[in-house]
Amino acid sequence: MATIPGVPGTTARPRPDRPGAPRRSQRDRRRRGPMGRAARRLSTMRDATPLTYFALIFTALLSAFPIYWMFVVATRGNDVIAMRPPPIFPGANFVENTGRLFANPEANFTLGLINSLVAATVVAFSMILFCSLAGFALAKLPFRGRNAVLVLIILTMSVPVQMGLIPMYIVMNQLGWVNQLQAIIVPFMVTGFGVFMMRQYALQAIPDELIEAARVDGCSTFRIYWSVVLPALRPAMVVLALLSFMQSWNDFIWPLAVLTAENPTVQMSIRQLANAYFNDYALMFTGATFATVPLIIVFIIFGRQLIGGIMEGAIKA
Amino acid sequence: MRTTGPPTPGETHERPRPSHRTRTSSKARDGSAGWRVRLTKADMRYSPYLYVAPFFVLFAIFGLFPVIYTLWISLHDWTLLGGQEAFVGLDNYAYLLFEDTRFYNALFNTLGMFVLATVPQLLIALLLADLLNRRIRFRGFFRVSVIFPYVTSVAATALVFGQLFGRDYGLINYVIELVGLPPVNWQSGRLASWSAVSIMVDWRWIGYNTLIYLAAMQAIPKDLYEAAAIDGASRMRQFWQITIPMLQPTILFTVIISTIGGMQLFTEPVMFGGGDYDGGSQAEFQTIAMYMFSEAFGRQDYGYGSAVAWIIFVVIILFSLINVLFVQRIRSAV
Repeated sequence: MATIPGVPGTTARPRPDRPGAPRRSQRDRRRRGPMGRAARRLSTMRDATPLTYFALIFTALLSAFPIYWMFVVATRGNDVIAMRPPPIFPGANFVENTGRLFANPEANFTLGLINSLVAATVVAFSMILFCSLAGFALAKLPFRGRNAVLVLIILTMSVPVQMGLIPMYIVMNQLGWVNQLQAIIVPFMVTGFGVFMMRQYALQAIPDELIEAARVDGCSTFRIYWSVVLPALRPAMVVLALLSFMQSWNDFIWPLAVLTAENPTVQMSIRQLANAYFNDYALMFTGATFATVPLIIVFIIFGRQLIGGIMEGAIKA
Repeated sequence: MRTTGPPTPGETHERPRPSHRTRTSSKARDGSAGWRVRLTKADMRYSPYLYVAPFFVLFAIFGLFPVIYTLWISLHDWTLLGGQEAFVGLDNYAYLLFEDTRFYNALFNTLGMFVLATVPQLLIALLLADLLNRRIRFRGFFRVSVIFPYVTSVAATALVFGQLFGRDYGLINYVIELVGLPPVNWQSGRLASWSAVSIMVDWRWIGYNTLIYLAAMQAIPKDLYEAAAIDGASRMRQFWQITIPMLQPTILFTVIISTIGGMQLFTEPVMFGGGDYDGGSQAEFQTIAMYMFSEAFGRQDYGYGSAVAWIIFVVIILFSLINVLFVQRIRSAV
């Protein structure tokens, strides 16, 4: 799909290799004077109607409702399930429910939470390290076979994970990694998607002149990576770290295959609860709350970057 | 490792000549400078390979090898305890394709849920993107609220939806009864259970597709709309005649992403069925991924499970190709 560089609204970064780009004057014209403003209103976006707001608010409510309902049940008891009309506000039983959750012998919730946090964090950091290294090499370093490598990486992106589930399990069995946490970390430390994303970003974010200048100053390749490339790639790295964290946190089928209920991830703990305590909604929903909160915290901190990343990726894809 | 190739002038001939930088240096310094030049050359030559190496090592072990190995396993009777047993050739595939009605049931369910989820998902996303592309207040808030479901835990929200779709105490049936309709038993019957699972999937993915469409809409040149407005085209007509055609590549992208995701559907139906892999009492919502999982890790029949995995792979590729053809056909029709 075509690359559309320098789309207004998505890439605020001015291209350093073209100083005084025409884009700037365009923006000035838009900002200045009544003529510019009138022209803008005519040419760009249409105005919102009350119906627009109604639809958007309705969407926002639907988006939030399941999570809100989860929280309501988690802070109350099982009686609310049958209550008609259903309660609207959270209750005061959250601490009690939390106590029951972490004391539950079958769910292993504490361990599940720790396992998921460790795995997702390690995966996120190793992803940004290895993917940015490889992406930098593919975008900016000339070497023999570079195009072949790139094509291969793109090809790997289309192979679904489930293809490898069974042999990966057999490999893990050989390595003695079944039921070990590294089994859900190591295979995901660097992926074709991450490398490709970093390469695409590095192409436009790092001017070749900067690398040449660093070389003239006597920088080694790794020094260039560390002092020039890493800072330039930071916005894309934040997005990649977020996506990898979420993916690792949410992964279900592979942990289910390679780990056991004694050493679970948080998603497996939830499944265990759903299977064994299918009537104890307060317990299950408290577990679900704990599985969701870390993601929401991450989203509150980095949500803006995530939205920007998805939208930019959409155009570059 | 290979040697560094033919000697280069920088290494051999220039070394004795004192450069302006090393004018004051001793003999020892000269030696270290040559060593450094060689080091720099090696650095420039081999660093790129070093940097892409981690990906290829991991991919070889956990990506390429498993895919090929899956093919090998699928040609055998292979169990966890017995390990590799007899080579059975294409027997697994023959049984799978010609006799296994449970596989076809799972395939049918997967395709049905894919269509039922994807069509409304992409249409609603297009509509929402169009709304967000207007001049609105609280733009940031609405964008966040649209993408919010995407950043929640899949298993956790599937669990919540499982309760919301409960037959007796689910809030969705409560609302249905308030309107005056009979309650639905969401856990049984194809249409009901497919709809429930599709709604879970859509709740999560509509926002993601919306942002992708929004970005693509913002990239459409504005003068196209200006020209259309001058020609007197209505907003509706502009949407169908400019926006949709300009979004073709993006729509194809989202359809392919949805296809890959839809063919691998697993977490939502598993959690909807209370954590089981059977997909309901009649296997009404068992997907091919669930079937593969229960064959391989439930019955521990790795050979047969691998055959299912390969068929899933082929189905994904087939569907992606059909999508490409389909979207191209639409494009040429417009």
